[in-house]
Amino acid sequence: MSVAALGRFYEDGEVIVRQGEAGDCMYVVQDGEVSIVREEDGHEILVGSAGRNEVLGEMAIFDHRPRSATIKAKGRARVLTLDKRNFLRRINEDPSLAFRMIETMSHRVRELNDQVVALQAQLDRRGG
Amino acid sequence: MVGLSTAPPDAGAGHEAVLTDGSRVAVVGGGPAGSLFAYFLLDMADRLGTRLAVDIYEPRLFEKPGPVGCNMCGGIISESLVQNLAVDGVWLSSDVVQRGIDSYVLHTDVGSVRIATPNDEMRIGAVHRGGGPRDVAEAKWESFDHHLMANATGLGASVVNARVEEVGRVEGRPAIQVKGGEPTPYDLVVVAAGVNTSILKVLEGLGIGYERPRLTKTLIREYYLGADVISRTIGTSMHVFLLNIPRLEFAAVIPKGDYATMCLLGEDIDNELGDRFASAPEVRAVMPEGWDADGKSCQCLPHINVHGVEKPYADRVVFIGDSGITRLYKDGIGAAYRTAKAAARTALFEGVSEEAFRDYYMPVCRSISGDNRIGEYAFVLTRVAQRLRIMRRAIVAIARDEQANGRRPRLSGVLWDIFSGSAPYSDIFRRMFDPILIARGAAAMPGVLASTVRGTRPARRADNATSTEVGS
Repeated sequence: MSVAALGRFYEDGEVIVRQGEAGDCMYVVQDGEVSIVREEDGHEILVGSAGRNEVLGEMAIFDHRPRSATIKAKGRARVLTLDKRNFLRRINEDPSLAFRMIETMSHRVRELNDQVVALQAQLDRRGG
Repeated sequence: MVGLSTAPPDAGAGHEAVLTDGSRVAVVGGGPAGSLFAYFLLDMADRLGTRLAVDIYEPRLFEKPGPVGCNMCGGIISESLVQNLAVDGVWLSSDVVQRGIDSYVLHTDVGSVRIATPNDEMRIGAVHRGGGPRDVAEAKWESFDHHLMANATGLGASVVNARVEEVGRVEGRPAIQVKGGEPTPYDLVVVAAGVNTSILKVLEGLGIGYERPRLTKTLIREYYLGADVISRTIGTSMHVFLLNIPRLEFAAVIPKGDYATMCLLGEDIDNELGDRFASAPEVRAVMPEGWDADGKSCQCLPHINVHGVEKPYADRVVFIGDSGITRLYKDGIGAAYRTAKAAARTALFEGVSEEAFRDYYMPVCRSISGDNRIGEYAFVLTRVAQRLRIMRRAIVAIARDEQANGRRPRLSGVLWDIFSGSAPYSDIFRRMFDPILIARGAAAMPGVLASTVRGTRPARRADNATSTEVGS
């Protein structure tokens, strides 16, 4: 029922945003899954993945810096673009619109903390 | 029951009126305004760790086809509302959105122009508010209103399937009474009953300073065409018409799943105007070959709010959506979202007193009504375009030129925002008088004058229209 879909379909591996590009919009996954990968010295490191209803690309909206990672479709995915202008205008009237965004970012900080602890433990084991 | 009064009579009123653990809230009407209010109130209360009991009073069964589930509306979820709901976690699945809209096609007697969204994205949703027209044999899609109500009940709201007959006050608190029932007192009553209801008259008579909004009639018709036929003809565009038909102000054809919805706005709107519009060559060029304009599945003439109420609140009572203040002509569901959320934020964080609503809810309403005043001027200009063929030619010529020569979509952007209701009218109005746009208009005039002298016929199909992509 593709005519009924909001957003745009991306085929497996298709890039939605590329690391280093200027960012003036965010994304919400409508269906399927996307991968978040960091490109370092020609290698791709998987940072995470996101599924239905998850917001992505919000960092570039708030910190005005280039995209920190590449987002690409993992299988066929449907993604909706959110305009920076509309989003910031709405937040100006309704700060509660940021509740869910802060929740998402808090969740990611927790995940990163867990990853730092796991990596540190790995290093300690190797060092020991 | 004792009538509501403007003066809060006793303890529990004034600045002390706040929602706390165990407070009870009644929502009169379970359309988008009511369900979104319940959803946001319960979501925010949960973040605060406050337990509230919310009852939504709704006599209709939105999941059912025909009048019993219909909320009489064109059923467009605007670009900005789609995005806001996505950020708020309200997911609109392809079971609810019957067709994603990726473009608008403006039709005039002197040609058509297609204005598309960036990246060919489906950024607007076409839905049926209820279960669909009365001849729906098999429900393939979920009702939008039912979907939003399910979001609210998912967070703990209860639905009372009954019509509210009386609203009054019991021991200083507002109370709701349904047919054959006893008055039930609440800490807050939220009126989200739209305008096509008699309960507003009851509330007007209660002396709380509420006066019903000023209304106008619209005409909505549903035509069964079948999904494949719609995909081949009307496609994924909303078709808007700028035609010089007396009394007609605005008309659109919206593709849904199996149906096409025709929406008309105008003066003293009636069946005759609907028939005249349906027989216009520009409309027939959009619809499938052999389409029978009389073969409609259903039609209605609902009222819409064209001038919001002056005071959409009282002590422990607040009016949201069409019952209070809405956006002029466009994006009524978007205005329901904004007022519902503003009322929920106020009730939870600032209290439910008259003063709290005046200080924290009313500014959002004023922002909408102030923008509507500017919108009235913007619509005067579209009326002028409707009457003046030379202006229609200029609009089509400039929009086509913007696309063909890769120019910044100044006019296309204005048209997109007027049709889609995506931007505030103040923003649209300012861009209408952009000096570069005016210069483009002047530059287009020689060609426009030449073609006015020659005269042209409209294209048979809109598919041939020039595509103009706009940024938003």
